[in-house]
Amino acid sequence: MNRDLTQTVARIAGVNPRACMRCGKCTGACPAYDEMEYHPHQFVSMVETGRIDELLRSKGIYTCLSCFACIERCPRQVEPARLIEAVRVLAERKQGADHLRPQDIPARLDPDMPQQAITSALRKYRR
Amino acid sequence: MVFSYFPGCTLKNKGARLDLCGRRAAEALGFTLEELPEWQCCGGVYPQARDEIATRLSSVRALDAARRKGQSLVTLCSACHHVIRRVNGDMQRDAQIRGAVNRYLQLDTPYEGQTQVLHYLEVLRDVIGFDELARRVTRPLTGQRIGAYYGCLLLRPSREMCFDDPENPTILEQFIRAIGAEPVYYAMRNECCGGYTVLEPGGRAQKQAGKVLANAAACGAQTLITACPLCMYNLQKSVGGELPVRYFTELLAQALGLEVES
Ligand code: SF4
Ligand code: SF4
Repeated sequence: MNRDLTQTVARIAGVNPRACMRCGKCTGACPAYDEMEYHPHQFVSMVETGRIDELLRSKGIYTCLSCFACIERCPRQVEPARLIEAVRVLAERKQGADHLRPQDIPARLDPDMPQQAITSALRKYRR
Repeated sequence: MVFSYFPGCTLKNKGARLDLCGRRAAEALGFTLEELPEWQCCGGVYPQARDEIATRLSSVRALDAARRKGQSLVTLCSACHHVIRRVNGDMQRDAQIRGAVNRYLQLDTPYEGQTQVLHYLEVLRDVIGFDELARRVTRPLTGQRIGAYYGCLLLRPSREMCFDDPENPTILEQFIRAIGAEPVYYAMRNECCGGYTVLEPGGRAQKQAGKVLANAAACGAQTLITACPLCMYNLQKSVGGELPVRYFTELLAQALGLEVES
């Protein structure tokens, strides 16, 4: 349990995880929920209860598609995707913890790939 | 009507058809897109972390440049539109972000979100009007069954994007009718294609896009249209992607009788 980290995550995200009423609409809307070991509503609850260390190690922070369906459907304006991104940037701000390194990119390119695929991946997965 | 225009990096390269057809159609419809000088890439993804300032600067520079010209800022790429529109909202509503950005940029007049950001489709709907567009069509796409692919970035979060109804959008279907074709409704038209994860190993993005295409095809679509080069790429690469995917501006130019060189 780490309540200080809860504060940090809430501050970076600019939303309040305590407003969540566990309705599960976010998870119901999420196209990536089966790729996340903690589904969006569980993620929110774990932020609230200070289980941030587990979230920092979870692969779900990289499998969120940034589709904003959870933000759209949440009746309490908790904005789960913002909390997921806040945990991801916390993870990536540690030295050497980038999820994507520029040198990894050439091997994954194909000739039709648009520029925005690369700029956005670097923005999401590297600090 | 003259607008400032932010094309973005992809429209200068892989997404050139989206840009070229959009500009030619604009001329034909009587509005001018003046490309901002020295615009910088918007980054392609909105920075959700409120303590990130550097990643908002290119959007604010573009917004401020349009303000100095006294023009609204028009975007065409869904991702550029999403990023610039939301950063503009931050500058209007978030005192912390507004303060930090302005302390950094030191503009003559602080930027506080004064510029109106319009997507090209909003210009068609709200400035030209779809009835007027329909009157200008010289080569209607009669008989074509076209599925609108909205995806995420134009619609959500609707409180910030204010683009259309996020659960039951209509703007692209109105567009399809205006160019003389028949819109095909399918459930996944506003579902995510997974485009932001195309560089991630595992093929997840293409699987997700495959579901969108399968759903559209099952509902009878013969073509899909999009405003996003990343969706376009991902849909075309997806497993079993037999359905052609076009930029909406390509069909617009075609319906207006314009020959746009490739
Ligand atoms: S933004 Fe992420 S967590 Fe939210 S619904 Fe989309 S994929 Fe799921
Ligand atoms: S939709 Fe909102 S209120 Fe409901 S469980 Fe998700 S975060 Fe909590």
